[in-house]
This record gives sequence, structure tokens and C-alpha cells, in this order.
Amino acid sequence: MTETAIETVEEFRLRARTWLAANVARVDPDAPPPSSGDDDAEWLHARELQKRLYAGGFAGICFPKEYGGLGLSHEYQEAFTEEADGYEMPLLLNVPTLSICAPTILDMGSEKQKKEHLSAAIRGDEVLVQFLSEPSGGSDLAGVLTRADRDGDEWVINGAKIWSTSAYAGDYALCLARTDWNAPKHRGLTMFLMKINSPGVDLRRIKQVNGSTEFCEEFFDNVVVPADAVVGEVNDGWTVASRQLFHERTAVGGGSPYTSGRGKRDTRKASDDFVALARETGQADDVHVRELVGQAYAHRTVQEQLIKRVATAVESGELPAPAMSLIRLFHAETDWLNTDIGLELAGSYAVAGPLGRGPLELGTGYLSRQAASLGGGSSEMSRNIISERLLQMPREYAADRDVPFSEVKHSS
Amino acid sequence: MTVDTAAEQKLFRDTTADFIASETPLAIVRALNASGESFNREWWQRATEIGWATLLVPEELGGGSVSGEGVRDLVGVATELGKSVGPGPLHPVNVVLAGLVDATDGPDHGELIDALVSGTSIATWAVYEPGSPWNPAAPGLTASASGAGYVLSGVKDRVEAAPQADVFLVTAATENGPLQFIVTTSSPGVTVEPSGSLDAVKQYGTVTFDNVEVSADAVVGSTASTAALIERQGQIANLLQLAETVGALDTVFNFTVQWAFDRYSFGRPLASYQALKHRFADMKLWIEASRATLDGATQAVQDRADNAPYLVSVAKSYVGQRSVEIVQDAVQLHGGIGVTWEHDLHLFLRRVTVNRQLFGTPGEHRRLIASQLGL
Repeated sequence: MTETAIETVEEFRLRARTWLAANVARVDPDAPPPSSGDDDAEWLHARELQKRLYAGGFAGICFPKEYGGLGLSHEYQEAFTEEADGYEMPLLLNVPTLSICAPTILDMGSEKQKKEHLSAAIRGDEVLVQFLSEPSGGSDLAGVLTRADRDGDEWVINGAKIWSTSAYAGDYALCLARTDWNAPKHRGLTMFLMKINSPGVDLRRIKQVNGSTEFCEEFFDNVVVPADAVVGEVNDGWTVASRQLFHERTAVGGGSPYTSGRGKRDTRKASDDFVALARETGQADDVHVRELVGQAYAHRTVQEQLIKRVATAVESGELPAPAMSLIRLFHAETDWLNTDIGLELAGSYAVAGPLGRGPLELGTGYLSRQAASLGGGSSEMSRNIISERLLQMPREYAADRDVPFSEVKHSS
Repeated sequence: MTVDTAAEQKLFRDTTADFIASETPLAIVRALNASGESFNREWWQRATEIGWATLLVPEELGGGSVSGEGVRDLVGVATELGKSVGPGPLHPVNVVLAGLVDATDGPDHGELIDALVSGTSIATWAVYEPGSPWNPAAPGLTASASGAGYVLSGVKDRVEAAPQADVFLVTAATENGPLQFIVTTSSPGVTVEPSGSLDAVKQYGTVTFDNVEVSADAVVGSTASTAALIERQGQIANLLQLAETVGALDTVFNFTVQWAFDRYSFGRPLASYQALKHRFADMKLWIEASRATLDGATQAVQDRADNAPYLVSVAKSYVGQRSVEIVQDAVQLHGGIGVTWEHDLHLFLRRVTVNRQLFGTPGEHRRLIASQLGL
């Protein structure tokens, strides 16, 4: 194929099908789940898979060519994802590296940052993460207290971050810090691209109720970053963060064109095969159980249909960009419903039974049910966005609006 | 879909919307209700002139659609009609047409199709039977072979427009399996008893078939094709209800949002209270999801896709549940005025409730989904 020939989606799909069969192993459905807290091998494997995709010409399908991608539309990515079903894919790199951090750098970064970090992420050489939330507050992101002080050609960063997904496996982080304390809160922020393995960064893993340790917290003690680590403009970090949050809501909702491959990112999550569960628990003939199974699958299908509708409508301008919060909120609803129905179907085996794959996993999953409505911006924030930016309802009162941040009350 | 097709579909939809706005605004719906009428036949004939009964019918049988995607176009009409809980036999006539045009392996029904397309005849599907849930493929009404024809015995109920219909499409059991028949209401042995209806204008009835003799020409399709015809009729019946409901939700949501901006309590508009804003956000979400799943089901039925039965049941499961929740919450957000006869809300609540309950409740469709998944 010459450079100028345009490959159709179907031609691309067939080429991907052949390539995947020859170059990638199939997922082993019977493989035991990896033990929690030790997934270094999984991360190495994900990087290795990404490198293989890159070498085969199937990485960064929707990213521009000049930064290592293929410069194709989302239909090509969807075709590839469909073909990749059942194959081992670097799913760990989807969120946040490829679907949140890389698109943010693409939208807001300098040419140098795009050439270096975007390309490295697509090649599988760099894992990018987010340093956004802080122990002092989650939803009120613009109220961050981490500070960055200018020192000659460098910035010195002090403070703390939390809820950073997979930071322990990352190379660079998009870190939001306050650079002007006399400006109102949104106007004194700057986004930095921070090397995680820097002197002064103390990273700890957070253990969640389901045993997962994918989230981290970080403490910064005079961490030095160079001036060219600023993403966007100094004191214009909120513009960058807003773009990042948009990509995050899109990714969490399931509508990102930069996500490659599908399936459960976390292999520890309980099985969602409720048909099998109903049979295994001897309830296949129970009318109530059959209705619950039908309801769960219906909701999952509606989620796919909604993602398609909203993504298409936002692309065409029929709906404004904040509509992506719709799929974010629906994701939480679908997850809740499936978690609750899973618990119901599992019955008493959800709380007492054999370890490993099975109903007890659904019980464990139930303990972290609320994660779906908290991570990637809470459902309450989604509802604020939908009512204020889609329905144009009055904005909530904010005591910190147009007040110098140094005068704003905050949690310590 | 090409740009031209989209433009033609839009023009058709605009014509439909204009017709509804000028001919059957809510005031007319209320007037019909007050007089105990369901719809005006002369009005229905004019509705058929803009193509409301041609969309599922192939051109060679006197039908056709502007876009070549008749199911989509028809869903568009039903959506517009739902926006003002319109009257008329759009639903029953098109459900019967869906069966007739697909029944190519049986006697010719060209004359009846012509009469339905031109609005001179009204037909409806007699499928439910007293005491039975939604199970159209297992009729209890019998059709026994007799000479060159059949004798029909049994009762059908919850038959839409039964008091107004000229013709019934009757799903019956023969010794060779289910088979459908065309029976005119004037046939000896047919009696129609009007029943109560939750809807403001849609009326229903119970139809008794007491040894009704029909000729072999009354058969629709054959025992070989009947299962597929029943499935198709059920899909169209559900799609048109879903479309009406999505249209109704559109109107209800818009006037409820407007109400929230206009209504002041404690010196501020309702729309400024976060507790209420969050409920509006949920309603917006559920309505967009309802539209999305209606679109998915419509396209599948349009394309006669293998997963059309699944996607129709998915849409009914979801929209059936959420639609009534949305409208009930709209009543709550309106306060006391919402439960008065004077306010229009009840007209919409009636229609979406009717559409939730008939042709399979959300629960019944969830059980169908479980079966389709192999459980």
C-alpha cells in the first residue's frame, strides 16, 4: 500500500484480523486472577503488548501521525477493538495514559511535549498518570492546595495528591498546582508534567475495601521540575484541567476514541456472566431471577446505545461537549444496577463460600459498589454539569467565586 | 443514510408535525375525550393522505416511504404524535399492515391493504385473550377447518380501536399451529363490547367470535410463516408505542423544565435548587437513553436484523420503566396542579402508562431477554 492510498475501515479491519491472529495471544479465560498488590508483571506485559501493537502499525489509531499515531477516525479504532476481542490487549494503558493524559497533552501541550511524551506513550515506553485530587477535597478540584514556586528556571513543588490511578506504575504525571495565591481559585493554577521518579516524591499505595491497590497518594517535598514542564500557560492550568476532566468523563463513560481494546481492565473484578450465575446457583427457572438477568443485560445494551448516541451527537454539534457527563452518569447507574443484581443472584454465597472465582467475588465487589459513582468525578458533579450546562439551570452558589484564593476558607 | 434521504425524512417529519399541530392539538384531544370519541374518521383519511399508512407498504402494493426506510419514517410519525398524545388508529392500522405485507405465502389481501393505506378502512390486531399475559404465539381462540374455510371460536380482549375497527386481524390456533385471519366486524357471530381505557382517546374492546365462518381467503400467510408474522407485528407494535412515549417524554420534560424556571419559592426559581436540579439531570439522562435505545431498536427492525427481537425487548424494558418514573416525577415537581384534570400532565401519564403495560410489560420483556440469552 502506498502512502496516498486510503484504506477503508473494512480493509483495515481485515488487515487487523490477520495481524492479531499471527501476533497476539488469546486471553486465557481460565487463568487464575493475579494476586492483589503485586501486578508488576502485568504492567510489563502491557508495555510489551503496546510495543508490539506499535511495531505492527496498530497503536494510537486516532492520534495524529506526526506524534506516532495513525491519524484515523474513530470508526477504525472501533473496528480494531471489535477484532481485538478475545486477544490480550494492553488494557492497563487505556486509562489514564492513552484516553486521558495523552489527549490532554495533544490538546494543550507544547510541540516538544507532544513529540516526546505522546510518542513515548503510543510506543509503550511511557505510562502517564494524573495528579489531580488532593486529600483536602475531591470534587472541588480547582481548590487544590499543592503549591509550585518559581525558582529561576525551575519550579519547586510542595503538597500532596491522592486517588491517582496506577501512579506506582507511571513515568510522568499531569500535576495541577497553585502558582498564584492572590488570584481567584481558577486563575492561579498551572499544570505540570512531573517526572514521578524525582527526588522529593514519596508515593504510597492505598488499599481499598476490595483489596485493590491501584490508587496511590503522593507527598511532594521540594520536588524540582524544569520550566518547560509547564503544560499550557502559567496560571492557565484550569483550562488544561478542564480539558483533562472532559477526557476523563468521556473515558470513564466509555466513549473515548483513544481507548483500544475492551474488557475488564481489572481482572480481579467479578464475572458479569449472570446467565451462567443463574444456572450455577440453580435459579434458572425462577421468574424473578430471569427478570433480573434480563434487566441487567438490557441496561448494559442501553449503555452501549447511549454512548454511541451521545458521542455521535457531540461530534456533530447536536449536543454540547458537557453532554459527555451523561455517559459518565449512566456508567454509574449501570454499574450499580449490575452490582446489586449480582448480589441478589449470588444470594448467601455472596457472603460465605469458596474463595476465588464465584459468588463471593460478587459480595466483595458489592463492598466497593460506590466506586462507580465516585471515580472520575462523582455522580453529583455529573448532575451539576448536566443541569447547569445542558439545561442552563442556575449555577450553585460558590463562596470562593472571584475571591483571592488566599482569603478562601478551606479544609486543612 | 444520505444527505438527501435525511432532508426528505425531515421534510416528511415537519409536514407531519405541522399537521398534528394544526389538526390535533391537545385541545382537540380534550374535546374528543369530553365527547367520548376516539378519533374522527375524516381526519384519519387526511392523515393517510400525507402517508401515515403507506410507510410499511411496498410501492408495488400502493405504499412507499420518502426515504426507503419505512420503519424509521413511521417511528418518526409516532414520535411526533406522542408529543401531543395524538388520537387515531396509527398504531393498530400499521401493526396489521406489517403482518399483511409480509404474508406473501398466503391469499392476496391487496384490496384490504389499499383500503387501509387510503384510510377508508380501519384494522386492528386482536391478539390478547382474557386473563392471559403477553404471549401472542400461543393463542387459545380456535380456528377449525370446515369445508373450504374455517370456523373461529373464542374471545379476544384489550383490542385497540375495537369499537371503531372495520376489520380484525385475529391470531388463532389451528390443529397445525397458530394462524391469522382477516375477519370483518360485520361477520355473523362477531360481537364487540367496548371496555374501559386509561387513555384519554385510545379506546379498547373485547371481541367475541361465536362460530364465525370465514373463507380460506381470510387466511393471512400460512402456518409456516405465522410465527415470523406475529414476531414482526409485535416488534412494530412495541416500536410505535416506544416512539409515542419518547415523543410524550420530550413534551413533558420541556414544559417541566420551563415550569422550574418560571415557578418561584422562597424568592428563587425551582431550577436553582440543587435537590431539584439533580432530578432534572437524571430525567435528562433517562430521556437521552430512551432515545438511544429506541434508535437502536428501530434500526434493527428496519434492517430486519437477527437481534431485532432482543433490541426491541431491551428498549421496552428500559423505556417502559423509566417513562412512567419520569412523568410521575414531573407530576411531583409540578406540585398539586400536577394531579388536576385541568393540567395536561395526566394526558401524558395516561398514554405512557398504556404504552408501558401493553404488548409486554418491562417484566415480561426482561423474561424474554433471559430466554433470548439462552437462560
